[in-house]
Amino acid sequence: MNELASLVAATLSAGTPLAIAGLGLLVNERAGILNLGAEGMMLVAALAGFAATFHSGSDWVGFAAGAGAGALVAACFGWLVIWLNTNQYATGLAVSLFGGGFSAFVGVPYVGRKLSERSDYSVPVLRDVPFLGQALFRQHPLVYLVVGAAVAVAWFLYRTRAGLVLRAIGEAPESAHALGYPVRRIRLLAVVVGGALCGVAGAYFSIVYAPLWVEGMVAGRGWIALALTVFATWRPARVLLGAYLFGGVTMLQLQLQGMGVNIANQLMSMLPYLSTVFVLVLISRNPAWIRLNMPASLGKPFFPTL
Amino acid sequence: MIELEARTAPSLWMSILSPIFALLITVGVATLLFLSLGKDPVRGLSVFLVEPFHGVRALTELGLKSTPLILISLGLALCYRSNIWNIGAEGQYLLGAIAGGWLALAVTNAGIDLPRWIFFPIAILAGALGGGLWAAVVALLRDRFHASEILVSLMLVYVANLLLSYLVFGPWKDPNGFNFPQTVSFSASTELPRLLRGMRLHAGFLVALGTAVGMWIFLFRMHRGIQLQVGGPSPAAARYAGFSSRSALWTTLLVSGALAGVAGAFEVSGPMGQLTPYVATGYGFTAIIVAFVGRLHPLGCVLASVLLSMFLIGGELAQSRVGLPSALSGVFQGVLLFSLLACDTLILFRPRWRRPA
Amino acid sequence: MPGLSTGDEGPSTVNAPRLELEHITKRYGSLVANDDISLAVQAGEIHSVLGENGAGKSTLMKIIYGAVRPDGGQIRWNGEPVHIRSPHEARALGIAMVFQHFSLFDTLTVAENVWLGLSRELTLREVTEGMRRKAEEYGLELDPRRPVHTLSVGERQRVEIVRALLADPKLLILDEPTSVLTPQAVDRLFVTLRQLAATGCSILYISHKLDEIRSLCHKCTALRSGKVTGTCDPTQETTASLSRLMIGSAPPKLLLREPRLGRRALEVGDLSLPRLDRFGVSLEGISLDVREGEIVGIAGVSGNGQQELLAALSGEDPRSQPSTIRLFGSAIGGTTAGERRRHGLHFVPEERLGRGAVPTLSLALNLLLTRKESLRALGWIDKGALRKQTAGILNRFRVKSSGPAAVARSLSGGNLQKYIVGREIDAVPRVLIVAQPTWGVDVGAAAQIRAELIALRDSGCAVLVVSEELEELFEVTDRLYVIFKGRLSPPIATHAATRELIGEWMSGLWPAEPAAVLGEAR
Repeated sequence: MNELASLVAATLSAGTPLAIAGLGLLVNERAGILNLGAEGMMLVAALAGFAATFHSGSDWVGFAAGAGAGALVAACFGWLVIWLNTNQYATGLAVSLFGGGFSAFVGVPYVGRKLSERSDYSVPVLRDVPFLGQALFRQHPLVYLVVGAAVAVAWFLYRTRAGLVLRAIGEAPESAHALGYPVRRIRLLAVVVGGALCGVAGAYFSIVYAPLWVEGMVAGRGWIALALTVFATWRPARVLLGAYLFGGVTMLQLQLQGMGVNIANQLMSMLPYLSTVFVLVLISRNPAWIRLNMPASLGKPFFPTL
Repeated sequence: MIELEARTAPSLWMSILSPIFALLITVGVATLLFLSLGKDPVRGLSVFLVEPFHGVRALTELGLKSTPLILISLGLALCYRSNIWNIGAEGQYLLGAIAGGWLALAVTNAGIDLPRWIFFPIAILAGALGGGLWAAVVALLRDRFHASEILVSLMLVYVANLLLSYLVFGPWKDPNGFNFPQTVSFSASTELPRLLRGMRLHAGFLVALGTAVGMWIFLFRMHRGIQLQVGGPSPAAARYAGFSSRSALWTTLLVSGALAGVAGAFEVSGPMGQLTPYVATGYGFTAIIVAFVGRLHPLGCVLASVLLSMFLIGGELAQSRVGLPSALSGVFQGVLLFSLLACDTLILFRPRWRRPA
Repeated sequence: MPGLSTGDEGPSTVNAPRLELEHITKRYGSLVANDDISLAVQAGEIHSVLGENGAGKSTLMKIIYGAVRPDGGQIRWNGEPVHIRSPHEARALGIAMVFQHFSLFDTLTVAENVWLGLSRELTLREVTEGMRRKAEEYGLELDPRRPVHTLSVGERQRVEIVRALLADPKLLILDEPTSVLTPQAVDRLFVTLRQLAATGCSILYISHKLDEIRSLCHKCTALRSGKVTGTCDPTQETTASLSRLMIGSAPPKLLLREPRLGRRALEVGDLSLPRLDRFGVSLEGISLDVREGEIVGIAGVSGNGQQELLAALSGEDPRSQPSTIRLFGSAIGGTTAGERRRHGLHFVPEERLGRGAVPTLSLALNLLLTRKESLRALGWIDKGALRKQTAGILNRFRVKSSGPAAVARSLSGGNLQKYIVGREIDAVPRVLIVAQPTWGVDVGAAAQIRAELIALRDSGCAVLVVSEELEELFEVTDRLYVIFKGRLSPPIATHAATRELIGEWMSGLWPAEPAAVLGEAR
């Protein structure tokens, strides 16, 4: 029983950064911008977060630094892709490659450093409830915030006019431009907000999940977050669901090892990546379904004719 | 303020100047970086721009590093021209290395003494099969299930890395290797033939150059090559003409997977001589940058491979000469690619002064 | 010809015109899109801007609507000079626009689409209410909750019009509104427009269709190559005089000789194909035939299955049962586009750039899309032969370009169309299928293309033309079919058909019994 509770708790923790990044990418993609640089943004933000927390002693300063770093990188990406109309795929890749190299380079002095003692985050009173207490209520506040964020994003997209405008821009930027909306500015805003969220997710890795810095520590989870938005057919609630599923798969390997299943740990570590492929195959099988749900202008260049 | 105005036709001048501008910007950024870190910029730049060319040995090292970059980037250029975004070349490279390594291990452990020129083509075959198979998975999933080749090929990179790790930490570990994660050193008969006595440059370099020529002929002089390049920018035109997009998908992925695999096989039978976790050098990702800097053109890929080898060697030297971590070359590669993408805009657009109304 | 009156009230006499353009100029690089254009529109006046493709009409409208800034000149609104810096400011003045290519969002509902086109202050509920009121007032039915992608093209235009009307416009601009309507729907639109003008709203009506302008508009300004060539009262003009204003000469006349029919070249028997996606049209029981030596046309409003039928015939959609499509008797239903070309079936698609030609490739390389004569063993391209072959086609069809090495997108629409049509005619096809042969093409090139099609037919080829321009079909075809919601009408000889009849058929109202078909026997 205890093991199940700790599995649930671990799943929540592992799924949270994926969910945050997934929501950020969702906002991006709803505006029609495909940001393949998620991995690079998250690495830079992870480093920024770690460094800020290391020097200031405060987690929240670290998260702010992570968000800021993510937003900054995203802004550069957005300027290239939206104003200079560079190829979105290539530019996103460039961000990922650059982010990896840059964070590795700047992060050298931080390798092997430890953050000050982590306080045990938990919700008072609720933490002592049998089973549920261990499963749900001994988590970092961000785990709860991300649920609120998902609700907020959903409300924004489907219940506000601003969200409608964003969806319209993702659907047909030329039409929105003809109607007079500042398409490029709104897209840049979406990219920056998305970048900030990815930044928070990256910082979560280095501050909460594994409080240290090592080169490449995001280990492909930025890419998994991209797959997540496809799996979630661009809906916030499903992003949350998918994130926890992936988190669960990651945790599964530890549980299986704990239960004495005797497979080499490298092979077990393949599980999250293989399940991403599996999920992608499942969801992409019906191209008509994808076409109906995908923002129609995703990845395509937009030239406002002025 | 400056606004961009579309040109009537893409500027040929800018196509050639853009990589040069990008290089200049990178050098500028590098200078600033050296200054801000308190290092002598001239010294720093010479480590990257001059030393890699200094002397015969340095030149052969340049050729050695270019070999995998040329092979992989040629395959990627083919893919990107066809709008197939194969990002997983690193994984295909690793599978080729594993396949070549398996072959070399078999020969070594059996104690067979093969003539050099026999092992060479077999290594090519093994590498091509390994890399091609890994790419075939991507092609299959995209063909049958419309799964994005970007995400699938990338996930397979992580899987390939873990597979290599498993093999060198586990079943293929050298029992007499003091528990280090590495295989036995491959026997001399599996070594690739060297081009110059005493240098590490091997015959794979010639294979790479030959492939560049072959790719040039294929892309620009063969109907099949033209067919593949139509489907990328204009899938509707490809359907109209009757060019099979399915065969384009398989051809480009299998070719690029095979080329990356051959590069991997060359690396383990050549300079490395054994399988270790360090086989994962990131060539598969650097080659993406090479392909873009090389304008997706075979000649450009060769030149850009030399350029990026220069960065890589410079990075290795930077550690000892200037006291900066070798990850520095990764930063420069990234800046180069960014500057290139930004400068490329000028090929299609002209900057104009426009008074705000 | 619809004999309608020009409206009950003429333009009111007010001191200053509602809209006045003075010396408007706009340059794109070396191209002068608008050159010193001046015109005036009174309140309640229906004013047409006449010009062929490329004359500068769209640019001028974009300037008035605020989407484009002019390089020179002045705009006056009710006598006062104004700077219209954005569509938002234009809307604030009371200017509304119905675009030729709709600015709609497919996955959103009708109400949401209309809402996005209006100012921020209204709520969705207020917009939906306003829509119902306007719809009643003008007889434009729409369900606010339907997603736009489920609407037909005519219905989508209605959304655009309602969106414009809800803004209570003082000036309504319509850009080529009738290209997607049946003749009966055109009449209904004109009723709506006259009703609107009677309330004092000015209307700017962009078109190149001379008959419509003569029947609807009070005044006409003609544009050619960016300049105003004249202003007139279209009710006092003839088609010939208007044409002279528009293109500088009378419309070219085509001579159609009696067809000399040969064997049945293309035969489609009961072809049914389910649609490929939610936005498509299923084909149901389509039967038609084309003989050597005749030009057969298929009329219909866009979105009724033309794309699907063409893809099935050309081989781009290989799902058809083999025996449903026959070429000189052989079943080709399941074969690929390449194989059909080998049998002599060639196709000119509707989209030039991106389908008929690759924009970034040279004209020479674009030849390789459908022609294989310059290929040697193993697919080796003989560059010299290819260049000569291309130059031959450019010459024969008078394509203006910088040569075989010119990139496809550097050609004007008309010249690119001439190249593509020429490429297929030069292949000496036995059957040629052409979609929208002169869409977006200047009058001179259009006339040349139509003449080439007739020459091809006279040489014994079987030609099938699918077009949304009724005038074109009446001009060049011998027999006509009409397609509606994926079904095909019985055939009718062109000389026995009238616009009204075809208009009814375009709404699906053709006789069920093919035995009662008018005109010559099949």
